[in-house]
Amino acid sequence: MIKQTWITIRTPLFSYKLDKRAPWIALLLLLFMGIVLVASISYGEYHITPTEVLQTMLGTLPQDHPQYRQFHLVVFSFRLPRIWVAFWVGMALATSGAIMQGITRNPLADPFLLGVSGGAGLVAVALIVWIKDVSTTVLPIATFIGALLTAFMIYIFAWKNGGSAPLRLILIGVAIESVVGAFTHIMLVFGNINQVQQAYVWLTGSVYGRTWAHVHTLVGWLMVLLPMAFLCANWLNMLNLGDDTAKGLGMRVERQRVILLVISVALAAVAVAVSGTIGFVGLIAPHIARRVVGASHQALLPISALFGGALLVLADLIGRWVISPSELPIGIVTAMIGAPYFLYLLYRGRNG
Amino acid sequence: MAELHAQNLMLAYDDTCIIPNLSVTIPDGQITVLVGANGCGKSTLLRGISRLLKPKRGSVVLDGADIWKMPTKQLAKQLGILPQGPTAPEGLTVHELVAQGRYPHQSWLQQWSREDEHVTQEALAITNLTDFADRPVDTLSGGQRQRAWIAMTLAQDSDTILLDEPTTFLDLAYQIDVLDLLHDLNVARGKTIVMVLHDLNHACRYADNLIALRDGHIVAQGYPSDIVTADMVYAVFGIACTIIPDPITNTPLVIPSSKAMNSKSLTNSFNPQPSWVAIRG
Repeated sequence: MIKQTWITIRTPLFSYKLDKRAPWIALLLLLFMGIVLVASISYGEYHITPTEVLQTMLGTLPQDHPQYRQFHLVVFSFRLPRIWVAFWVGMALATSGAIMQGITRNPLADPFLLGVSGGAGLVAVALIVWIKDVSTTVLPIATFIGALLTAFMIYIFAWKNGGSAPLRLILIGVAIESVVGAFTHIMLVFGNINQVQQAYVWLTGSVYGRTWAHVHTLVGWLMVLLPMAFLCANWLNMLNLGDDTAKGLGMRVERQRVILLVISVALAAVAVAVSGTIGFVGLIAPHIARRVVGASHQALLPISALFGGALLVLADLIGRWVISPSELPIGIVTAMIGAPYFLYLLYRGRNG
Repeated sequence: MAELHAQNLMLAYDDTCIIPNLSVTIPDGQITVLVGANGCGKSTLLRGISRLLKPKRGSVVLDGADIWKMPTKQLAKQLGILPQGPTAPEGLTVHELVAQGRYPHQSWLQQWSREDEHVTQEALAITNLTDFADRPVDTLSGGQRQRAWIAMTLAQDSDTILLDEPTTFLDLAYQIDVLDLLHDLNVARGKTIVMVLHDLNHACRYADNLIALRDGHIVAQGYPSDIVTADMVYAVFGIACTIIPDPITNTPLVIPSSKAMNSKSLTNSFNPQPSWVAIRG
């Protein structure tokens, strides 16, 4: 009898196979997340002890506590929303990256492969630099549309002979991204210095000043997109065997690849719309997840998501701590953690 | 009974026509082997009859139904195809690979039924891979790896299995190992097997039905002993040869002529039975 390395979930309507390690890793990650979350809420110029944080969040803080109102304000209005934004954005970007890497069979692919960051960036910079006071409700919608349009354009250009070969997607993606990037830079060069600085913060990615409205937008979208992604995980396993094998097994390769691309681009676009372009999470979280739970996407997607979420919550805390009382944008922190890890991966790859 | 039939097939890549007009019937329950020189269109024909390549003209019919009009999963339940030199993603285990063969039997919600589990185990057992089930595919030897891919097509549970050069890149022992496995699948389980092979002697040994192609046309088709002649080999491969009975299977054994025969055979002419002639097993 073979050693079983997976668990089976089976009801009359529904059956699913999952790597045995996945639930435990998920539990560990959630635990880690919880600890970082409490530490992150507790840390700041206005200090609250972890116990008080827990009491406030669980509603067990006595009403007659001298700082009851301040605690509520700081925990629920100032710190929790941005941390939630970081968590959900991390989940979205990591899942998006894992899907991109699966579709292209390329471990260097990231959520922004199809120009999502470039498209969103162009629209955001254009709005910030030209229209000046952009309302916080318009910016996410506009960037979302910009991201989707760019992705769509790249896909159309990559289409040839009734198919879109992954390699063509990558090359055309790089080309369009640099054209779009050039336009963005033109605007930055000729823009007013104050707006340009604001635009730069957006471009590096930040969760500063995000509110519950942002959290609700994010969660609303992700409640639809993430389950869809997880249910389509097996298609990625199929694509990973190569187009011919997948076709031979009865997969409608081109159609299902498009559905996966749309899910991936939408995930990245939602994240970018709320927090700007936060790099490296979408590249690195799937890498770590793959080493922990293996190559099968049923486990890889949710575990990548949790790694991405935890990573950004941690990055947010580091960003607020490292040069306090000022703070580093989260996108810079992820680049500073991500780039060395990435070099390490390449170094290992060279020797392996 | 599943009969695969191609009618007036024209296959081309972009503007390069590989097969201008070809009709062929694949006999049910037999091993059919496609042979021919490089570029003769044998792999293209295999892709054409397995829906990997859309024909410019003509049709491929399985059990009376056009394979291009069937739902893709329904076709996959009847017809499995193993492409040439498939590669598994890093870290994928043998069990995960073989389980992937169940795809046509699954749906969005039913992704791992009891039957999926059972058939996967059986495919592993048939290919002697049960002990390797949790090993990553990329750590296996070439022969075991090919068995794992064959196990995947077995899990697919189709009556017909098409294979594009299943023995390339394998050393001699593994080539025989893989071909014997396919032979067993045909004899013991009644699978119809269609494969492209490079080695004409292997083809003669294992084929019930040999199809020889040249420039996109069928030069000869039939039982190897009936059709393999020196003239036919010359017509297909453009080489002169001698054909003797294979001492083990009694099938045609094709021995190509060579310039080496002038210099080397003479040195041994004093010894009609060279010392290395020996039969083991």
